[in-house]
Amino acid sequence: MSAEAKVDAAEQEVSRREFFRKIGIGSLGVAAAGTLSFTYRYLSPNVLYEASPIVNAGKAESYPVDSVTLDATSGIYLVHVQEGFFALNAICTHLGCLTAWKADLGVIACPCHGSRFSREGQKLAGPAPKSLPWLKTWVNDNGEVMVDRATTIPPMQYLRV
Amino acid sequence: MASRLDNTIARIEQTRLWRSIFRSGTGNSTLHRAMAIQQNIFLHILPTKVRRRMLDLSATWYLGTLTLGTFVLLVVTGILLMLYYHPSVPQAYTDVTDLRFVVSSGLFLRNLHRWSAHAMVLLAFAHLFRVFYRGAYRPPREFNWVIGVVLLLITLLLSYTGYLLPWDQLAFWAITVGSNISSAVPLMGDKVRFLLLGGHQVNANALLRFYVLHTVILPLSAVFFIAIHFWRIRKDGGLYVRQSDPLRKSAAQGEAAEESVAAGAGKEEA
Repeated sequence: MSAEAKVDAAEQEVSRREFFRKIGIGSLGVAAAGTLSFTYRYLSPNVLYEASPIVNAGKAESYPVDSVTLDATSGIYLVHVQEGFFALNAICTHLGCLTAWKADLGVIACPCHGSRFSREGQKLAGPAPKSLPWLKTWVNDNGEVMVDRATTIPPMQYLRV
Repeated sequence: MASRLDNTIARIEQTRLWRSIFRSGTGNSTLHRAMAIQQNIFLHILPTKVRRRMLDLSATWYLGTLTLGTFVLLVVTGILLMLYYHPSVPQAYTDVTDLRFVVSSGLFLRNLHRWSAHAMVLLAFAHLFRVFYRGAYRPPREFNWVIGVVLLLITLLLSYTGYLLPWDQLAFWAITVGSNISSAVPLMGDKVRFLLLGGHQVNANALLRFYVLHTVILPLSAVFFIAIHFWRIRKDGGLYVRQSDPLRKSAAQGEAAEESVAAGAGKEEA
């Protein structure tokens, strides 16, 4: 082994002090990362006692044709028109306020910042970035209309009952 | 009569108990006065020497001190309100109406808490504007400006978290809108909202989290940063005064000599 190579090896060698210093700092880093992930997981609840996304809207006959009904507790509109039945999310796409159906104007309006939507959820005006989404609907075995608030469908897909 | 009172005070100040608490003792020398400040835990973050002009109303308008005053008022009234308020969905709103209509002095304490909160936000902004337009944020005080901005953010978060606690329609929709704004943070926005509310809706978890933030976490952080803020005033050469500020007549007489010395030695102000 040449003298030059020996010097290189000595430079790369880690002293006992340096080795323990690195071990110490490294384990502190691992412990800190563990604490962070532990805290994050503790702060994210695993079980939520929130209302189920699936709503039983009752018999379709209870909604007259050409009517818009707001279910304020679940935040959805149940709309019965000539073409059929559909459910709209009533939560404004702007900042999450509950919108209201204005029967005299024939629009859905948000009281918070003035967004307006058509009966079909189409955005007409206001700061809202998107139209109100259509929600998945189906009829269960008892002939009741069911709505899944967590699943959106493309608009103009009417449920025929 | 007065001399007898003075004698009594002097005798108390000589007792072993008194001297065990206030070690520096009394005395008229500059050293004694400085030690009385420096050796007292409540006073030691303050400067041991203050130039009279720093204490003039025109120097600061006392805006920082007034902000601290409202904070102390909020802590005291807030702790008293905590004795009647339960942060739970069935009780929160009725507890607040009870405080207004049933609890003796409850209306006064709640309104004092509310108006002090408004005043604190107003005074904190006024203090920042005052510091900004006086140029008091410049070196060596630039870090204390940053601490001040952190304190402003804590003040606003305290206002925001306190807003939910009455659990009425105004509170509910304000926090719905506010938490939806937080979900506009790029990439992690929805996660931030989820952690803040402890769920997807403004509900029981959100009320409890906002209560803990409002009564424990944010006030403790405020106290922590206020301590740094005051300590930095001392370390950065005291309150900011301009050399060119005209002295008021009354103050000028007793201070002319002191000022001339300060002007010679106080190069740090330039």
